[in-house]
Amino acid sequence: MTEQVFIQCAVGGPVRVYVKDGVITRIRPLVLDDKEDAPSWTINARGRRFSPPRKTTLQTFTVTERQRIYENRIKYPMKRKHFDPNGERHPELRGKDEFVRISWDEALDIVASEIKRIREEYGQAAITAMTSSHHNWGFLHYKMGPMARFYNILGYSQCLDNPDSWEGWHWGTSHVWGHWWRLGFAEQSELLQDALKHTEQIVYWSVDPNSTSYMYSGQENLIWRVWMKELGIKFIVIDPYCNCTASTMGDKWIAPRPGTDAALAEAIAYVWFQEDTYDHFFVENRTYGFDEWKKIILGEEDGQPRTPQWASEITGIPAHTIIALAREWASKKTMLAAGSIFGATGACRTAYGTEWPRLCIYLMSMQGFGKPGVNFWGGSGGAAPIDYRFKFPGYSDNGWDAMGLVAEKCYFPDGNPVTQKTYRILLPEIVMNPPVKWTGEGFCGNNIEQQFREFTCPEEGPNGAPIKMIHRHGGSFISTMTETNRWVRMYQHPNLEFVVMQDCHWQSETMFGDIILPASTNFEHTDISEWGSAGGYGKNDMNGNHRIIIYQQKCIEPLWESKPDYEIYRLLAARLGIEDKYTEGNSMEDWERKVFEYSDLPKYTTFEEFKKKGYFVVPAMPEDEEPRVSFRWFYEGRPNDLYSEVLNPNHGTDRAHLLATPSGKVEFVSQTLQKYAPEDDERLPTARYIPSWEGHATKELTEKFPLQMISPHPRFSYHTHYDNKSYWLDDIPQHRVKKDGYAYWPVRIHPIDAEERGIKEGDLVKLYNDRATVICIAHVTERIRPGTVHSYEAAAKYDPLEPGKPGSPDRGGLVNMLTPSRTLSKRVPGEANNSCLVEIAKWQE
Amino acid sequence: MSRYAIAIDVNKCVGCYNCFLTCRDEFAGNNYPGYSAPQPMSGGNWITIKEIERGSFPHVKVNYVPLTCSHCDSANCVKLDQTGAVYRRPDGIVMIDPEKAKGNKAIVNTCPYRRIEWNEELQLPQKCTMCAHLLDKGEREPRCVETCPSGALVFGDLDDPESEISKLYASGNYAPLNPDYDMGEKVLYKDVPKKFVAGTVIYSDIDEVASGAKVTLTGPDGEMTTVANGFGDFEFEGLPDNVTYTVQIEAPGYQKVTLTAKTSKDVYLGEIMLFK
Repeated sequence: MTEQVFIQCAVGGPVRVYVKDGVITRIRPLVLDDKEDAPSWTINARGRRFSPPRKTTLQTFTVTERQRIYENRIKYPMKRKHFDPNGERHPELRGKDEFVRISWDEALDIVASEIKRIREEYGQAAITAMTSSHHNWGFLHYKMGPMARFYNILGYSQCLDNPDSWEGWHWGTSHVWGHWWRLGFAEQSELLQDALKHTEQIVYWSVDPNSTSYMYSGQENLIWRVWMKELGIKFIVIDPYCNCTASTMGDKWIAPRPGTDAALAEAIAYVWFQEDTYDHFFVENRTYGFDEWKKIILGEEDGQPRTPQWASEITGIPAHTIIALAREWASKKTMLAAGSIFGATGACRTAYGTEWPRLCIYLMSMQGFGKPGVNFWGGSGGAAPIDYRFKFPGYSDNGWDAMGLVAEKCYFPDGNPVTQKTYRILLPEIVMNPPVKWTGEGFCGNNIEQQFREFTCPEEGPNGAPIKMIHRHGGSFISTMTETNRWVRMYQHPNLEFVVMQDCHWQSETMFGDIILPASTNFEHTDISEWGSAGGYGKNDMNGNHRIIIYQQKCIEPLWESKPDYEIYRLLAARLGIEDKYTEGNSMEDWERKVFEYSDLPKYTTFEEFKKKGYFVVPAMPEDEEPRVSFRWFYEGRPNDLYSEVLNPNHGTDRAHLLATPSGKVEFVSQTLQKYAPEDDERLPTARYIPSWEGHATKELTEKFPLQMISPHPRFSYHTHYDNKSYWLDDIPQHRVKKDGYAYWPVRIHPIDAEERGIKEGDLVKLYNDRATVICIAHVTERIRPGTVHSYEAAAKYDPLEPGKPGSPDRGGLVNMLTPSRTLSKRVPGEANNSCLVEIAKWQE
Repeated sequence: MSRYAIAIDVNKCVGCYNCFLTCRDEFAGNNYPGYSAPQPMSGGNWITIKEIERGSFPHVKVNYVPLTCSHCDSANCVKLDQTGAVYRRPDGIVMIDPEKAKGNKAIVNTCPYRRIEWNEELQLPQKCTMCAHLLDKGEREPRCVETCPSGALVFGDLDDPESEISKLYASGNYAPLNPDYDMGEKVLYKDVPKKFVAGTVIYSDIDEVASGAKVTLTGPDGEMTTVANGFGDFEFEGLPDNVTYTVQIEAPGYQKVTLTAKTSKDVYLGEIMLFK
């Protein structure tokens, strides 16, 4: 049979999929057609013309997609051997039990009858369901699709997500500049033009675009940074690890101790005050409470001026380097690469992680952000002159019911009859030790008040119920949440009567299920989507060089007995009497056609043509269109004019020229914190450095566990997807290193620390503290500051020496077993993965 | 006629490994009769990446050097193989015939760059084909070049004087990985790392960086000068191996400092204090 070519979209970019005899043989990037596809944009800057390649770039892990599709798949519906829904359930065997293959009918019947039983016995709130992010790509089939619609119709305790990748920005900066509709991040528009034309320097602060900032958009923006280097734009990188941007493109690497970034920020401001190198126009006209902050910095509040010498003691950076950094920053047109969704990394995932992000905005206010070349931009997303006006929904544009966008009835936010919520990072406690209280609604994108909402689970009153059933859809939390032995204990707890695992691949969590349902990957069914488009709070945060809408063609039949998620929930809905509500009589193609018709695509093509060709390239912004740059309007005091900012609540009002803070300005003294959290002494109205509750200065801990561990997002896998599935990745030494036939997860340690412990390159070592022991392979490197170790989070192979035993040493490399479950601060329910002390020793079995 | 070549700008390579994995995607388990037998499903390294960490805390950098068959004009593999299994096509691509080369392990050892692999399962020497099977179908470039996101890899036809590759080669900035082999390599490199000597200059009396301090590096081939930048840092890049240099640092009003550095490895001299 001859080779067929299909168009699909992976998590890391649009692809051409080559299929022979029903098997995928190759996966290639999309190459744009110069005649048929819309032309690309051009930027004229500094005497050069910049235009992107006429092809899509792929994430490294996407290149391994053909392997992942076939490897480590859940092949059949399965039941845990010692789970008897009508007798002994043996929850204590979860994680170590065997599985037996059962039929789809049997599996679905058990799930449906358990749902009915639990609803009758405990109430509908006793069921919670949740999904991880990005194990598949699509609009209709993604996590806001079938699972969300099914459970919103049925009624369940929604599991609120914490903003895990950018905690401190969300919980911190929303109180400085509003922007809650972006979950604390900056708006991002036309910054590539601005940088190529004006910027002299970029400070990458705890940001590593060469590793992680591509999000779903392949490696589209790497070429932008290559151009900037060619233009001589300087890159300064602040990170305890000489990260992949610093090591290949950096002009200067500055390595603070983890958790001390706020002190560094304060000292930079001190130098600017001393030398009067800041934008007086901006602070006088665009900020509120500046003088209060100035008092803190100069030591007038607590007697401690935030001098470079003071910060040097805390951060471990020489005072002369801090002074030099402050001077370089103030003397050049500088972008701060932090504060966009593409710059969400380490320093905001620490104890009191709200402080450094807020200080970042204070610093950039002193430099007058919004003027040419001075802005918040990571050299990555939200930047190319693509046309945001073309209408196509991003995956979260309709909240937790994607199909509701085009359905007769939408079940979000008003569909779910259950008001009780669970909260992701507290789920183990909610299951094992109810009731649990917390403050904050997770993603607080509707208004600032959501950050202060009080929750209890079980909810008080007749509608509350203890959690008895978990339906996990696309599992990864056992390696991405903090202190994840908690999850092992939770899954084995008798309170939890029923666990369903629904996924394409065997994840670390899958083995804890009672019933396992095999789902197909997006290569095995159709969907319709835009590349890289999150929508919702990430509206118009597309990261690519072209907007490309994909008709995701079905390349192969669902493998083994897997089924598309939409079909699995339809079969469950049929058993529970809600199929008509769920489908409204639509086939998948009916849904796709409705989304097509909802969008602007019909202005350019027909559904049939689109389906056949597989993609559409949205025409770029016309070259003669004046770029509408982030915050330029604010700097200049004009109404916000950005095409990207459709969710800005001030749009079209008499406050359109203001930020969405009470004062309309950058608030150095936050009025929302004064109003809603006046008693909170851990997130004061004005940000400041607060020593970590687990850091270099917590002496009682450092005596036992002297090394600080940072665990940023991985470079070569995405959350727990791809690792332990695409084995080709194990031949990339930064990803895993093979020893005696086993691919270990690397930990990076400085030669000084390694020598003290007798550790050599390639030794197996144990990282341990009171919470866990994890076995890794040592990479001895000058790229980490002494006293700190680095290992990426999200290894996907939970492999305890004693299967299913919480606390048993894990040799799969799940370093989040070691991180603390304590939240950022008392009223900030985020994860502080990078406030983690460990000791390391050679591993001897 | 065409004469195919690849230019690799090491400075633009950030070590994403797309080329390495894409080669597996194209060849692992895939048979292209007349061109190549399948690469093993795992372990193929027809193009691979050498990672080089340089310097010491806190002055560190990393270079990535993609390594593949150089498709040499006077290739050792073609010359030394007496069986006719290794041949050069008219367009310059060096091929190993999977039929004729079967069982001939000696071919592996003919390449001084060590870019021929032994496929144990098929008992076959194998290497990069520049994706000849795709080029012959009219495709624009080999797969590794297609997925290179930074433009570090450029493919083209040296017989087309207007091609990007012709211009890059004409710039004089590109050279074979090892010029001593002198085999007419068709994969040329720019900025393959050599060694650096670097340091940070501090005014000891005021504890500030000595921006603008003059730094002179003297070696057997003469001297070079630079000035410390805004962080007090200086760096002499691209120095040959195993040379002993004298580094002299001068700033008005301060005593001259003289140090030595030997480029057996990249040298970061650390913080250099200037005294009045």
